[in-house]
Amino acid sequence: MRIPCPHCGPRGLDEFLYTQDASAARPKDGGAAPTEEWTDYVYMRENARGPRREYWYHSAGCHAWLIVTRDVSSHEILSVDLP
Amino acid sequence: MTGYRLPAGGSIDRNRLVTFRFDGKAFAGFGGDTLASALLANGVRLVGRSFKYHRPRGIFSAGSEEPSALVELGLGAYREPNTRATMVEIFEGLTANSQNRFPSLKYDLLSVNSLVSPFLAAGFYYKTFMWPAKFWERVYEPLIRRAAGLGRNAGVPDPDSYEKNTEFCDVLVIGGGADGVKAAREAAGRVILCDENPLVPEGLPENVLVLPRTTVFAVYDGGTYAAITQLPAQTPRQRLVRIVAGRSVIATGALERPLVFANNDLPGVMLAGAVGDYITRYGVAVGRNILLAINNDDAAALIPLLAENGIGIAGIVDTRRKSSDHVYALAREAGVAVFAGAGIITAEGRLGVGGAKIRLHNGTMLRVACDIIASSGGFNPNIALTSQFDAKPVWDETIAAFTAGTLPPGASIIGKAAGHGINANIAPHWHSGITPGKSFVDLQNDVTVKDIQLANQEGFSSVEHVKRYTTLGMATDQGKTANVNALAILAEAQGKSIPETGTTRFRPPYSPVSLGALAGAHKGKAFKPTRLAPTHEFSTAQGATFIETGMWLRAQYYPRPGEDWLAAAQREVNTVRNSVGICDVTTLGKIDIQGPDAAKFLECVYTNSWTNLAIGRVRYGLMLREDGFVMDDGTTARLGANHFVMTTTTANAAKVMQHLEFCAQVLWPELDVTFISVTDQWAQIAVAGPQSRATISKIVDSPFDVTNEAFPYMGCAELTICGGTPARLFRISFSGELAYELAVPARYGNALAAKLMEAGAEYGIAPYGTEALGIMRIEKGHAAGPELNGQTTAHDLGLHKLLSKKKDFIGRAMAARAALTDPARLTLVGLRPEDGTSILRAGSHLLPIGAAATAKNDQGHITSAARSPSLGPIALALLANGPARIGEKIRVYDPVRQGDCIAEIVAPIHYDSDGTRLHA
Repeated sequence: MRIPCPHCGPRGLDEFLYTQDASAARPKDGGAAPTEEWTDYVYMRENARGPRREYWYHSAGCHAWLIVTRDVSSHEILSVDLP
Repeated sequence: MTGYRLPAGGSIDRNRLVTFRFDGKAFAGFGGDTLASALLANGVRLVGRSFKYHRPRGIFSAGSEEPSALVELGLGAYREPNTRATMVEIFEGLTANSQNRFPSLKYDLLSVNSLVSPFLAAGFYYKTFMWPAKFWERVYEPLIRRAAGLGRNAGVPDPDSYEKNTEFCDVLVIGGGADGVKAAREAAGRVILCDENPLVPEGLPENVLVLPRTTVFAVYDGGTYAAITQLPAQTPRQRLVRIVAGRSVIATGALERPLVFANNDLPGVMLAGAVGDYITRYGVAVGRNILLAINNDDAAALIPLLAENGIGIAGIVDTRRKSSDHVYALAREAGVAVFAGAGIITAEGRLGVGGAKIRLHNGTMLRVACDIIASSGGFNPNIALTSQFDAKPVWDETIAAFTAGTLPPGASIIGKAAGHGINANIAPHWHSGITPGKSFVDLQNDVTVKDIQLANQEGFSSVEHVKRYTTLGMATDQGKTANVNALAILAEAQGKSIPETGTTRFRPPYSPVSLGALAGAHKGKAFKPTRLAPTHEFSTAQGATFIETGMWLRAQYYPRPGEDWLAAAQREVNTVRNSVGICDVTTLGKIDIQGPDAAKFLECVYTNSWTNLAIGRVRYGLMLREDGFVMDDGTTARLGANHFVMTTTTANAAKVMQHLEFCAQVLWPELDVTFISVTDQWAQIAVAGPQSRATISKIVDSPFDVTNEAFPYMGCAELTICGGTPARLFRISFSGELAYELAVPARYGNALAAKLMEAGAEYGIAPYGTEALGIMRIEKGHAAGPELNGQTTAHDLGLHKLLSKKKDFIGRAMAARAALTDPARLTLVGLRPEDGTSILRAGSHLLPIGAAATAKNDQGHITSAARSPSLGPIALALLANGPARIGEKIRVYDPVRQGDCIAEIVAPIHYDSDGTRLHA
């Protein structure tokens, strides 16, 4: 797999690190938000087929965090955005 | 050169004689020969014994699809089993041996397996070795492994070397046949052409890079391909090539499938196309009297080729009822009989083909003498790689073969691989019917027609189940010559069509790849880089023993004559506690954080407050993950209003950096803060002990004042030392003594250590290593790696007071969950043996006294243990309801290392609990 990094151009998978689902929204009220909201953010994930937004870290490159929209059934990368 | 080499022809170098050994006997071949062609030229037909039944086997094909001629290459540590003789180029001194035979190839005692073969049918192991279960490991498995299996592993580390590289191109052409070469010639941009064979096509334009002896074995996402290049008789031996291509052209051709009849595994039964290949490519006649068995017109091309080269043709058996005008015309020209509507029932011979029994169109039987049976059941487009593109194969009735499904953009398939120009006038013929002998479908795994029928009868009707039950197509050849015949036989047994039965999926690797090539140069110490501390030379000169911590090599202890590790470490602790010692602490992560919002940023990532930290002061900080568990800890110093230097634990340095970047780029992009790792830029040395101030004072440049009043505990400053060298000084302590950490640009690391040794000489200064560091941190009850294990909370470590109630921070809400502060959780305590002498070990379990050693009674475990020179054995432990139980006694149980003693539960801080020494 190759990811087109907005800073570095298309680079091989081994330069990147996948960390987490980018569609989960961090509670807006931070630590004051109810535990349920935090539980959803930290633990609850959809495992749906099709396009998914993911956080990737260009760990062996420019250290940018990227939001990669990727179809998990075809592995096609649909877009790469900076947060 | 005897027998079977033709007087002319082939792309071999007849001027270059190459000698090699097979089964101890010397042979000669020509440059450009494969082991298979050279053996055939020498009249060697029997080259191995089969997997399950130990039946005699010969050379079946002329290419990478070879299921039969598998040999061991090399000797001793260089031995490489299961190598296809058809793919090995001979070189001077090559040594090869047949495998799976005992005691010799011709007299193989284990061929009795063939006599007991009714018991070795599909599913035999599953049915037979079911009980008793404990017999599996001790009795059944060793027996089966001895009898079955193919070649032997060398059993020692591979002395060969391998390498890897990456190539980029606009167009990757896979396969160097006529279609592939044409595609490569016509493609624009940078082109790479890979082919399994050694020959480089001539006259290609400059934009084409040809990789001969290179097999593309896997397809990955984003136009990434993996290929393996054989480098015969060279070091390195193989090269793994990662190819990144804009688009690919699959020109892998078609693979011939054999006809299936009894004893079709005898040496001398070959693919018709292979017989032709040995003539045209190597100038070798594989036999002198060849019987051709076909069901299509493509294979008839062999007839004139044999005739032209003066090779005898015993007859042409065509399973088609009427054969074809094409075949009749060629046969007439060659003066050979055609048996139309006939079929070979069985091959005859003991260690090789001596004849064949044919059933004629009218049912009568005929014996024909021959030394080779060349069979062709048609051709399968070679679509293994398209399967890796997730393109499901499609059955094409007109050519009786599977063709590639719809390929994704960026991949195309051409020529025979696409099903073009193959199987003219074919009438499928899948097997010769029930016969007394064995009719093999998969030669490498010894799977017969009956095995497939039996699997179906026993309910394994899905093609994927048949594969697993019979092991069909699961050998290293991936069933290249077997799968389609097998599917057809399964379809027939089920009364279904082939597309209804379906096909299995081809997975990487297309052909075997040695693990050495996947590792490349990254083995042993080269697996990861080694990071040397900036005082490494100093420590080496001081006689240090080193230990790996992550990638770092750190001084573990500095033994003096007669000292073991414990004596050295305890002496080093005493030196620090009584006088002064130095220790390289560079390996802790150092992150330089700057910007108007730097303090605000620290408030977000640390649990405690930072905006109120004065310039020139240091504070201990605790970081949580979003789920409320502890992530890391360390000290952070404020060098200016907008300038901080954070330290992390050695183990988590990269992880914390990544975390901070996530926080800054994703969570709080509005904060004006920037940071960079400076771990490698600064050499940092701890100077610890009552005489540390006196030592430091000798090297700091005036007017810097190191007195307790001017530079108290938790102070920090930028200064110069040794007459102008820039430095940073921190009054922080991990040892619990009056201590400093002094940082200088990394290149001065060794020099600073030497200067400190000189300055502290009058106090008996000594360097100390990670063992002494560990003893002192356990004495002081500091949590470190074993306690910051990702499962502990601030509450568990007694750090809950660091969770600010006045501000928000990462992990705040989740850390407040009741379950994370439950007193019954495993919580940090100290332990001391009741007898004062029993050694405590990390990993020991804590049980109530008198309770049985069961998981149910387990109340916690020791995380860190040490042998303190002043206190004796001590430990830190995580214990349920820990703090409430201080003063109680508990059983410390270590069944692995025979430890069993009673210990007293104490506070985690074993030494100087009020910190008077720190503030001195």
